[in-house]
Amino acid sequence: MMFDRPLLRFVPRGTKINFMRGRFIGLATSAVLSIASLILFFHPGLTLGLDFRGGIVVEARTQGPADFNVIRAALASEHVSAAGVQSFGGPDDVLIRLDTPPDSEPDHEARTQAMVDSVRHAIATLPGAQVLRADAVGASVSKELFRNGMLALGISLLMILAYIWFRFEWEFAVSAVVTLVLDLTKAIGFLVITHFEFDLVMVAAILTILGYSTNDKVVVYDRVRENLRKYRTMPLAELIDLSINETLSRTLGTSCTVFLAALPLALFGGASLSGFAWVMLFGIVVGTSSSIFIAAPLLLLMGEKRLRRDARPPTRP
Amino acid sequence: MMYYSRLRMASVIGVCLIGLALCLPNFIRQPSPSLPWRQIHLGLDLRGGSYLLLQVDMASVTADRLRGLQDETRQTLLKAGLGYRNLATGAHEVTFTPRTPDETQPDLKALRAMPMNAPGEFEVKQGENGQIAITLSADAARQRAYDAVTQSIEIVRRRIDATGAIDPEITRQGEDRIIVELPGISDPERVKNLLGTTAKMTFHLVADSAIGSAVPPAGVEMLPMSSGQGTLPVFSHVDVDGADLTNASASIDQQSGEWAVNFTFDSTGAQEFGDVTRTNVGKRFAIVLDNKVIEAPVIRTAITGGNGQITGGFSAQQATDIALLLRAGALPAPLNVIEQRSIGPSLGADSIRAGGYSLAAGFVLVIAFMALFYGRFGWYANIALLANLVLMTAILSLFEATLTLPGMAGMLLTLGMAVDANILINERIREEVARGRSALQAMQAGFERATATIVDSNATALLAHVMLFVFGTGPVRGFALTITIGIVTTLFTTLLLSRMLMVRWYARTRPSTLPV
Repeated sequence: MMFDRPLLRFVPRGTKINFMRGRFIGLATSAVLSIASLILFFHPGLTLGLDFRGGIVVEARTQGPADFNVIRAALASEHVSAAGVQSFGGPDDVLIRLDTPPDSEPDHEARTQAMVDSVRHAIATLPGAQVLRADAVGASVSKELFRNGMLALGISLLMILAYIWFRFEWEFAVSAVVTLVLDLTKAIGFLVITHFEFDLVMVAAILTILGYSTNDKVVVYDRVRENLRKYRTMPLAELIDLSINETLSRTLGTSCTVFLAALPLALFGGASLSGFAWVMLFGIVVGTSSSIFIAAPLLLLMGEKRLRRDARPPTRP
Repeated sequence: MMYYSRLRMASVIGVCLIGLALCLPNFIRQPSPSLPWRQIHLGLDLRGGSYLLLQVDMASVTADRLRGLQDETRQTLLKAGLGYRNLATGAHEVTFTPRTPDETQPDLKALRAMPMNAPGEFEVKQGENGQIAITLSADAARQRAYDAVTQSIEIVRRRIDATGAIDPEITRQGEDRIIVELPGISDPERVKNLLGTTAKMTFHLVADSAIGSAVPPAGVEMLPMSSGQGTLPVFSHVDVDGADLTNASASIDQQSGEWAVNFTFDSTGAQEFGDVTRTNVGKRFAIVLDNKVIEAPVIRTAITGGNGQITGGFSAQQATDIALLLRAGALPAPLNVIEQRSIGPSLGADSIRAGGYSLAAGFVLVIAFMALFYGRFGWYANIALLANLVLMTAILSLFEATLTLPGMAGMLLTLGMAVDANILINERIREEVARGRSALQAMQAGFERATATIVDSNATALLAHVMLFVFGTGPVRGFALTITIGIVTTLFTTLLLSRMLMVRWYARTRPSTLPV
């Protein structure tokens, strides 16, 4: 039968790559990237999306290429000032951004809502133009959404830590969570560089890549634990290398399928989903490599004394 | 591990078939109304529509209650022949100083006998410097807030139903918020205006003697005219309350040709209205809506039928809206719109197209990958993947879940991750074959060893997404829900279905080598 046997093979059978030899290079690269990301996080910082920044965003489609001056004039006649008008997607799509009044002012919520209506009225005066989307988020709501988003992130990390701790020894849990935090900083750096807006959907994307990354680490750790029982005297470095090599073709296979699933979304998913999908793609690459180059060396550093008390000293190559 | 009883096979296949049946409502029309028909709803981001988050102004609910309490305190003390000084309301309490310190005990006794809206609603205590404070309890305040929101939801629903909106969803969120979702309405301005009006209508006698005086005497308020020009002094006492209306409608007045709102009182209201108009013929009677005087006509004769008409220079839309608001009833407190999201229908259609194509393309890529790299067992995994998609759709339909754009992304990612379990099994079988195990042993060991890993890796993902569902808001919840459901269906399809396919194939052919 023509589909009986696999036509292609991902990783040659029985690889023996010495990953642990490069552990310091891996850790150092990761540290540099994460520190760079942290610097980027503080300066210039994330581009906050509407959910977390608050404000008004109106997306409109004009008949024919958008003329910004006409749009600004229409807005001005409705007494909307200080609006940012920019192109978006196609030549006939425009994005109008407004800041909400500060929440120290009375009636700021009502005024925010009135501003959206004014923008709508302004667009209605342009022939053939239509509003595609109009969002207005008040200052109090955006603060709350931000807090909830961060809470979800923090609690997920804690739950992952608790679960791995419960299922494995604590060395595994700590190195997994440290790796996840490093992954997280890199994802933030990626967001800063790409100027993707950080909003609730991005929090979901980040949580998904954290979930994926954990999943990947659990598979490698699972094999390490199995091999710890199987090879009672093998030095830990050698044992971790063996475990990574044994699971390598699964690690790469799964990364590939998830990558392939997300790729069309990044390329054709439309404005609202492509940012999400690009972060996913980045996260898949980072999460997969960090399982091998960060989580495993960390486990080696932390577990060398504890996990392998009776082992013979590691042989220097 | 390598044996599937008939019963077990039948149940696995049965679940898949039930799943398939549950998916049907999404694709065909309901043949008869008696059949249960549950389907996935499209979220506002896919079908177009508006989302409004409203906050009930709790401060005004409390302020209202305190104003009432201050009034009752005054009445109670007067009735008992007790005096007071410095009667005032604070943020949560009414305070006053007794006329003399001797009156403190009688004051406390009289006030503690005041009727409460709920047990333990307020506490009467003597504070420092001899003042007496009537403090609203926090519990009662919470209860009142809860009631206010419940009542508001009911009125919001009535008002929105009256606009003819299709399938509006009105739900409570947290302590003091209401979510209103309006599919198909991409410009919510009118709804916002309707909801932004409290629509409290009251009738007061006009204090003609106070016209022109700068400071109104006690018991008289200066209210602005709704036309925006000038103010009118009216007695604070409410003679007739609009809450006693049974009907209201807009029509054109025969004589003037103006738009008017006609209203009908219930028996209590009609009685009160009749009494007031009978005893005050020749005086002016102010019709007040949300603290603005709409008009103040002179009472010519007693109006006993319980019917009335307001003409205030309305436009057709204004008259219709006022009638609608009067019919639906007044809100217990003002509502503020604090978040608004609206999506036009064309953007929703674009999103469905883009999302749908990406979903299909991603699915095809994953299937091709599995077929190329895992051969026969890869195809089994693909069958499981298809079953996974069917079961996810089935469970989402069963919950009548709302599919959002992030939810679609969640489905796609689940499918990408779902094959992980199959890859784990296949890789493990390959390893065991490489170690020189027989076909049977290799499959057995593969299933056994891979299961622990599959459960571990899915459990962590499950935890993360349940958290996301619990703490997330809006679109994120939809995303988390689809992934959570996806993980459950993934466990079923990989641990039971694809394994069953592999085991059955083995039992049928008894191969000496495995196609791995």
